[in-house]
Amino acid sequence: MNASLSKLVGGKEGLVGLAVLAAIIFVVMPLGLDIFRLNLVGKYLTYAFVAVSLVLLWGNGGILSLGQGIFFGLGGYGMAMFMKLEASDPITTKIQTTPGIPDFMDWNQITSLPWFWEPFKSLPLTILIILTIPALFAYLIGFAMFKRRVGGVYFAIITQAIALILSILIVGQQGFTGGVNGITDLKTVWGWDTRNDSAKYILYYLNGFLLFGAILLSKYVLNSKFGMLLLAMRDKEERVRFSGYDVSNFKIFIFCLAAMISAVGGAMFTLQVGFMSPSFVGIVPSIEMVIFCAVGGRASLIGAVYGTLFVNFGKTFFSESYPELWLFIMGGLFIAVVMFFPDGLAGVWAKYSHKLNFFKKKSSVTASTVVVDATKKDVSKNIANDIGVTNIEGAKA
Amino acid sequence: MFGYSMADIGNIMVMQGFSGLSMFTVLLLMALGLAIIFGQMGVINMAHGEFMTIGAYTTVMLSKVATTYGFVNYYFVFAIILAFILAFALGYFIEFIMIRHLYKRPLDTLLATWGLSLVMQQSFRSTFGAKEVSAELPEWMLGSFKPTPDIDIPINGVFVMVLALVVTAGVYMFMYRSRWGLRVRATVQNRVMAGAVGINTQKVDRVTFALGCGIAGIAGAAFTTIASTGPTTGTLYIVDSFMVVVFGGAASLMGTIASAFGIAQAQSILQFFMTSSMGKVSTLLVIVGILMMKPEGLFASKLRK
Repeated sequence: MNASLSKLVGGKEGLVGLAVLAAIIFVVMPLGLDIFRLNLVGKYLTYAFVAVSLVLLWGNGGILSLGQGIFFGLGGYGMAMFMKLEASDPITTKIQTTPGIPDFMDWNQITSLPWFWEPFKSLPLTILIILTIPALFAYLIGFAMFKRRVGGVYFAIITQAIALILSILIVGQQGFTGGVNGITDLKTVWGWDTRNDSAKYILYYLNGFLLFGAILLSKYVLNSKFGMLLLAMRDKEERVRFSGYDVSNFKIFIFCLAAMISAVGGAMFTLQVGFMSPSFVGIVPSIEMVIFCAVGGRASLIGAVYGTLFVNFGKTFFSESYPELWLFIMGGLFIAVVMFFPDGLAGVWAKYSHKLNFFKKKSSVTASTVVVDATKKDVSKNIANDIGVTNIEGAKA
Repeated sequence: MFGYSMADIGNIMVMQGFSGLSMFTVLLLMALGLAIIFGQMGVINMAHGEFMTIGAYTTVMLSKVATTYGFVNYYFVFAIILAFILAFALGYFIEFIMIRHLYKRPLDTLLATWGLSLVMQQSFRSTFGAKEVSAELPEWMLGSFKPTPDIDIPINGVFVMVLALVVTAGVYMFMYRSRWGLRVRATVQNRVMAGAVGINTQKVDRVTFALGCGIAGIAGAAFTTIASTGPTTGTLYIVDSFMVVVFGGAASLMGTIASAFGIAQAQSILQFFMTSSMGKVSTLLVIVGILMMKPEGLFASKLRK
């Protein structure tokens, strides 16, 4: 293994971690689960895109976005609009007043296709839109906010408000968006039926590969000099700024990248589940995705995937068997993770894995970043205490 | 304009204005509590809406008791007090077991309190059922007041408005005219120094947080006069109230009042001329737009950054 590749996957242990995850996603799950359950796992893995994006943004960048559902939704809606147009050809919709437009438009007395639906007639254009529009939107939000040094809590609240606006808008504009039901009855992509079992297998694997692509891309970003700066920004933003770096541009970049990754997840969600609705855009899904990330370990890319799977399996299990217990458990999990396991599953693993004597070297890559980071924080805190800086920062925060 | 005569427009403005005032009072009370917690302590309390719901359920339950024992006409005063006490007590407890461990991590308080809000919602659902319930209003609150034949002002709206003004005045007195308020402000400005001059900063934190929650409880009591209460009632207002606090400038009492008024009125009047969702969307969009231009809010105290 050459040096740059080794750096990319994070050395031997990073490779083992990736290999184990790959084995679980590509071998164990497809062999052990029937197609219905596998499709469900595929759906969870689309959330993992968002969790991975939050590891970049929140775990390593210190920017908490409570609006990742916006980008997941934009990606999902983009794909849904394309598939809906393909499903509403003039022959199948000939009983409508206006054949050739989606059924919900017809129900809402709309007689021609709105202009912003036009690009979604073409698949390449749709894919281009899914990759660019959410990133562009993130750029606008990021530019407006980071250039004015809005961060932390304010950023979280404002992104949350934008998620709320978008979901109200989608629900309210029924004729253009399908309203609260979303865009349903999606069947084909370029004539290829996405609903039968073989298509579901293909989509599951496609989703898995894309997720690995996203993880590797994120690893690459985090291991670069940029990743170091990102960590430095998270821990002491002022010092990075005083060292002459333009902090806002880094933040805008990572926010755009996170948006793009989330949007790919959204598009894959639509492909696998066959519909898209505003309930995946608003405040609740956006916060839930933060929790997937937090449970997995906010600074660990692979942990985020496990966290997503763990919480969603739990959700499915409990909402099938004990629906009234689920919110208690989910809420309790939130509180417990935040208060007692701020580094999530990855933190627990990093703490106890060396006791298994599994690896010769003690800590894994994720563990070492976490540990180094923790000591760094303590040191800087002590220094700050010595010179009496803490309370100034406290007052400002 | 829209096929209404000028007189109609005037009447619509007045009546929508008054229905906006009811919303204003709930938003104001919610936001006051949040402004204390967020503005003074930097804690994001996502469960604030659920503290409001506690107040609302308290009022509803007390109204049931009142109808059985026949003191419907004046139970509301007790309801307000009880709502405050219950929410205050729970807030005090939550600060003790949860929030105080998270002061160094403001973003994490957001997640932990969101978890708390889920737990509280489910507790409401298990205790009171999923169906919405409403309080039995005393007779004197039911009628409406007609200054001209075309204008109809509900008395309950006027009542909650007076309530909100009294609470606001109370908060002002507490924060700026009492020893406790002095301690709170001292702790916010410089925690270490405040501790050094003998202020028990931990206790100040606890009382501040509990007070914010208690005011949310009063907001809940006010809420029962204008709508019915369900387990997820609180979630309807949480984002709006955060917008109020941020928009007004987190630490400014005047800003909170002005922005609660502006946001409630804008939504109420726009909802009449557009659909209700578009009214809400355009109000929120304007706020987000302004916040992007002026992140510190409308009435921010001048801070050197």
